[in-house]
Amino acid sequence: MTGQPSTTLAPKASRATRRGRPELYTDYRADQAIWNTPAKRFWTAALVLVGLYLPFTLSRDLTGLLTLVFIYAIGGIGLNLVTGYAGQVSLGHAFFLGLGAYTAAFLGGEPSGTVRGLELDLLIWLPMAGIVPAFVGLLVAPLAARVRGLYLAILTLGLVFMGEHLFKEARTFTGGPGVGRAPAEPVVFGYNLYARQTILGVELPRESVFYLFCFALMIGMAILARNLARSRWGRAFAAVRDRDIAAEVMGVPLLRTKTLAFVLSSFFAGIAGALLSVVIGRITPENWNLLLSIDFLAVILIGGIATISGSLIGAAFVVLLPRGVEWASGYVPFIGGAGGSGFISVFQLQGILFGALIVLFIVVEPRGLFGMWLRIRNYWKAWPFSY
Amino acid sequence: MEELIASVIRGLGIGSTYALLGVGFVIIYRATEVVNFAQPALMILGAYFTAYYVFNLGLPFWVATLAAMVTMALIGAITERIALRPMVGEPPFAAAMVTVGVFIILLIVAFRLIGTTVITVGDPWGLERMDVFGIRIFQVDVAKIVISMVAISIVGIFLKRSRVGLAMRATALDQEVALAQGVNVGRMFGLSWAIAGALAALAGMLIGTGSGGVEATTAFIALKALPVIILGGLDSIQGSVYAGLIIGVAESLTRSYQPEFAPILGANFDVVVPYLIMILVLMVRPYGLFGTPEVQRV
Repeated sequence: MTGQPSTTLAPKASRATRRGRPELYTDYRADQAIWNTPAKRFWTAALVLVGLYLPFTLSRDLTGLLTLVFIYAIGGIGLNLVTGYAGQVSLGHAFFLGLGAYTAAFLGGEPSGTVRGLELDLLIWLPMAGIVPAFVGLLVAPLAARVRGLYLAILTLGLVFMGEHLFKEARTFTGGPGVGRAPAEPVVFGYNLYARQTILGVELPRESVFYLFCFALMIGMAILARNLARSRWGRAFAAVRDRDIAAEVMGVPLLRTKTLAFVLSSFFAGIAGALLSVVIGRITPENWNLLLSIDFLAVILIGGIATISGSLIGAAFVVLLPRGVEWASGYVPFIGGAGGSGFISVFQLQGILFGALIVLFIVVEPRGLFGMWLRIRNYWKAWPFSY
Repeated sequence: MEELIASVIRGLGIGSTYALLGVGFVIIYRATEVVNFAQPALMILGAYFTAYYVFNLGLPFWVATLAAMVTMALIGAITERIALRPMVGEPPFAAAMVTVGVFIILLIVAFRLIGTTVITVGDPWGLERMDVFGIRIFQVDVAKIVISMVAISIVGIFLKRSRVGLAMRATALDQEVALAQGVNVGRMFGLSWAIAGALAALAGMLIGTGSGGVEATTAFIALKALPVIILGGLDSIQGSVYAGLIIGVAESLTRSYQPEFAPILGANFDVVVPYLIMILVLMVRPYGLFGTPEVQRV
């Protein structure tokens, strides 16, 4: 409270004291650590190991799907920073994803016809795919900081439509509407990350190679975001979200905090967009529309507002839901295949379920899947007592 | 000159449908502090039902229009009861996201019903023109302007003069105080959604008239009503009427003159004009032209 790190006041509790008492904290630093309980340490390590093992066993199709989960998680974490932590509702996420994708495609893609491409290394185009959207975010932020709440949501909606127009018109970079262009080549020093490679003596298909890359990147960016969220700036974000005037009175610089949130969120979005374009394979300006923004809002709403692990859970849910519906539809009557023979097609059911789930989660469990997990955890923690 | 006037009148025609949609948004916003992103989907369904009643049930055009308005009013009220009523007292953003979910559901329903065809609503105007002071203009545009303005006036008078309208305004002012005065606040929420649904159906019918027709994807075009309400101010009916007309005319003028005078801006630039105007105005007036600035207390 006094700003003094309390580590100087209390000695770290000995191992014997902490045994069997995972939530005994004797200093603030231990309380605020990323993995502040042994259970969290264990499960994180276990999940990382499982994540590393999966591409060696799963089919190429499923590996590709999980890669998409990680990419959505990166984008979702970005949106969570600005919307979840800092409370600035943004419907413009798709625009920043598109900007990242096209920056990457221009720097790292092959030129063909009138479309330009510099064929640079991934080590150049991937950071740039984050930096360029971040810079645009920096330009937009002062305007976005002027308006609040729903006005901001609709302002950022305008960003998506203007971005789509821009992408359609900048034909030398994007290939134009309906035509599109090839994305960036994920090549590091001549080593292609989206091609068949041999790792640890095992020959892996290109999906698995790219999976491992996205997995590592996702973990890195998640830790980055989590660290930011528990830093001074993260607390400033929360203060602005909860009551911006009160935050300002307490000395939180509003404009700077909101700007930082937008810049970081755009950075994450740009990286996610660049990776997404590699997976999609051929990108057209129509890819980056309002529905993509809604997808990412669904990621954070279903996963859990203002949680990093929630973003990952939400991404998994949003990406895997269509596949789950497709799989389940074989066992349920009235649902036709892609031809539209049944009462409603699989695609329509996917869309309706998607919309219904957004509504259901906000109404029933506003904290999302992460909130559900918290409830279950707290129930068993106190069991057999009710609280 | 004649081209200019024709362009302006076409713009006023489009603009008045935006105004209709905008008024629906504003009525819902004033009653419940929710921005209803589902409005465009309600509009598409309204156009569909009008066409359905005309062609499949063989009703006369005007009866079909009224029936479609009633249908959409019901759908609006039901949506409010199921999805939005539990959101009373929740942050506006959460409620707005619920309407995004509803938008997706209704849009898919519209896709299911309409498919990939373009539907027309069987209006009596078609592509006919009429002479006004020697200038030939489309009847459709005149019909759009007249019908929209009449409908908005009726809503305005209803809100201003009738007892229920008074109750609705009281609800908009302060929900709890209205409740204490014996107003059935929940019913007022439902009623405002019903009015918005009916106006959306009317707007859908008007957009489907003339040469245009309605596709399921027209819903995205109807999102232009969002910059309209932001420009006018979220809580001002009058504002959304002016803003609708301004944006309609600006769009139409851009469509007529931009390819000739500023081709560098690219094809279909008129699609972005509403958003551009909105952003420019927000830079100067963060609460739109007629909106009330939010009073903030710490």
